[in-house]
Amino acid sequence: MKKLVASPLASVALAAGLAFGLAAPALIAPALAAKDSLTLGMVLEPPHLDPTAGAAAAIDEVVYANIFEGLTRIDSSGAVKPALAESWTVSDDGLTYTFTLQSGVTFHDGSSFDSADVKFSLDRAMAEDSVNAQKALFDSIAAVETPDAGTVVIALKQPAGNLLFNLGWGDAVMVAPETAAENKSNPVGTGPFTFGRWVKGDRVELVRNEDYWGTPARLAKATIKIIPDPAAATAAMLAGDVDAFANFPAPEAMAQFEADPRFKVVIGSTEGETILAINNTRGPLSDVRVRRALAHAVDRQAVIDGAMFGYGTPIGTHFAPHHPAYVDLTGSYTYDPEKAKALLAEAGYESGLKLSLKLPPPSYARRGGEIIAAQLAEVGVETEISQVEWAGWLEQVFKGTDYDLTIVSHTEPMDIGIYARDTYYFNYQDADFKGLMAKLNATVDEEARYGLLADAQKKLSADSVNVFLFQLAKHGVWNKDVVGLWENSPVQANDLTAVHWN
Amino acid sequence: MSSETRVASLREFWQRGRGQANLMIGLLVTLLLVALAAVSLFWTPYPVNAIDIPAKLQPPSAAHWLGTDQFGRDVLSRIMAGARNSIAVSLVAVGIGAGIGVPLGALAAARRGWVEEVVMRFNDFTFAFPALLSAVMITALLGPGAVNSIIAIGIFNIPVFARLTRGAALSLWQRDFVLAARVAGRGRTRITLDHILPNIASLLIVQMTIQFALAILAEAGLSYLGLGTQPPDPSWGKMLNEAQTLMFLAPQLAIFPGLAIMVTVLGLNLLGDGLRDLLDPRLRRLR
Repeated sequence: MKKLVASPLASVALAAGLAFGLAAPALIAPALAAKDSLTLGMVLEPPHLDPTAGAAAAIDEVVYANIFEGLTRIDSSGAVKPALAESWTVSDDGLTYTFTLQSGVTFHDGSSFDSADVKFSLDRAMAEDSVNAQKALFDSIAAVETPDAGTVVIALKQPAGNLLFNLGWGDAVMVAPETAAENKSNPVGTGPFTFGRWVKGDRVELVRNEDYWGTPARLAKATIKIIPDPAAATAAMLAGDVDAFANFPAPEAMAQFEADPRFKVVIGSTEGETILAINNTRGPLSDVRVRRALAHAVDRQAVIDGAMFGYGTPIGTHFAPHHPAYVDLTGSYTYDPEKAKALLAEAGYESGLKLSLKLPPPSYARRGGEIIAAQLAEVGVETEISQVEWAGWLEQVFKGTDYDLTIVSHTEPMDIGIYARDTYYFNYQDADFKGLMAKLNATVDEEARYGLLADAQKKLSADSVNVFLFQLAKHGVWNKDVVGLWENSPVQANDLTAVHWN
Repeated sequence: MSSETRVASLREFWQRGRGQANLMIGLLVTLLLVALAAVSLFWTPYPVNAIDIPAKLQPPSAAHWLGTDQFGRDVLSRIMAGARNSIAVSLVAVGIGAGIGVPLGALAAARRGWVEEVVMRFNDFTFAFPALLSAVMITALLGPGAVNSIIAIGIFNIPVFARLTRGAALSLWQRDFVLAARVAGRGRTRITLDHILPNIASLLIVQMTIQFALAILAEAGLSYLGLGTQPPDPSWGKMLNEAQTLMFLAPQLAIFPGLAIMVTVLGLNLLGDGLRDLLDPRLRRLR
């Protein structure tokens, strides 16, 4: 009988804990920042630190341009700039690229960087047994030659208009043969920062490379702190524990930071096309009229306002609005529930239909999903929502394609090519589109490329492959005295080279 | 435990219970909860799942007594519907627990021997895992959803009832009136139904109220973790989860569902406490 007496107290304590435990992060103590060090907040912890062996964006967000560099680099505006290659020339037929390397470059372990390292890095990435997550970047390369220590010649199978851009990806960085195998836990590159240490589950520390070949970093030390919980992230910013969040996880907190004179809020663009992905071969969804009905049933602006607190640009196809080749197709499917109902009736679903909607953890998906479910219900499409964790999403949706609808943001730059893949989770198989992509890959002339890209965008919109929602905004928030962080994120990176305190 | 618990009339209960503050407060809170849930079946101030983005995150006002959430949904309406959800989940889950646990416990006490061994070792196995953890494991296995969370909570309720029933029944089996019934030639099943169960009913009722409170907490916990009730249907636990990132912007979104859970659990526990005092004759004598 004693047990019965004790349990009410315990239960009430548990209930109180559920209600008020949420406030605990606010108790994190403040820390004073020295002027030559910076603490940067990040949501996801990288699985390891080798950008040539993993697809996780978090890896690049730590090491790209800080620890590792490639032949070219992509700057904050998305333009291709020279990095370890000082300059290059392209043959008239577009099949041979000759790179002249920077001189006096050393890896962090003291060994020198020359053309042999370039050949090693590229061959390693292209090899049969390569674990590179973006092997397609190197598809067009036939061979890598090294006429002398300062020159690299890349021969192509066919002209590749995006080779220089591809070589600027984190997956194409230069590594040394002696240290490449250990890069996952002890990354050794040529960049302005060397790897300090990694306290798993908490932070990664970077230290200035005093022997850097280029303009040295202005920060002596940078700490990248992993804070997965949005409430804790808010508390850490307010407490001054973290100096900057390049991409803050909770858009709803922006208003609060904006009102606080200690912070600067910078809303930029990302390469994240956020879509309501459709399983194109699943039952009713294989009918283009049904997919078009879904597109007409969704009010993008309401999703942006409700899920992202107004931050985000509506898109009508799978393409970043800030790219020069972008075609505005948001008018193709205006918010029109009546039209959606008519299309559904035409396809034989006037009595409505039932679809599953699987939502991964980010707030754009969880919140956006609830809003979209309500909008779809208005036109008679009943959705069965299930919330899944990332591991479950990758397993069920991405690999298993066991879903009808899902919401996800595709954050890789220029990734319209995924629609031409033979197997991809939205199961869009279209010979015309594949033809367009093949033609694009073989085209070097910029104007012709833009024309093909425009055709591709229109094709995706016409087929209503997915419901294209909005371009994810980058919710940057940092201390007002921090200068030099990227406002936009054309690639997944936190380039700290030029960052300093005022 | 008295050997001759009489089935007291409602009037008698009322007269004895009126003086107990615990019981009265608990009863009041529980009735209020049931009323809230019942009303929500016919009427809520606003449609429960109606999204109205322009009206989002409003503080409490005359139009929205408890304010609105991040989608402009009325918080009061959702708390009312959430009460219904909590009650439904807990009622069925405790029903599963008692429905399976009580017969198992009674069987173990009546049969003894290897039957008892099997039943009790199974109980020990289930008991070895903390209740909420096993519920999390079960929903992870079956997939998230209201129905699966009911099953999960129900399963961890089984050993609680099985143990309680067996323990109380065992002592009853030694009593003279049961021995007399056996001598008279009545079967074990008959005796269990006629003598054992009626005599432990009060004990079970008290335990049910306690388990009911725990089930409400468990449902809130599972939903908080995203394993219970799925959106857009409201659940107190899920409301807490959604409020998490909005704590600084709209703290009321966490406070109201949190209060709802706390008051409900407190009420049910007070009710259980009061009922125990009322139904346990031994304790009554001590006073």
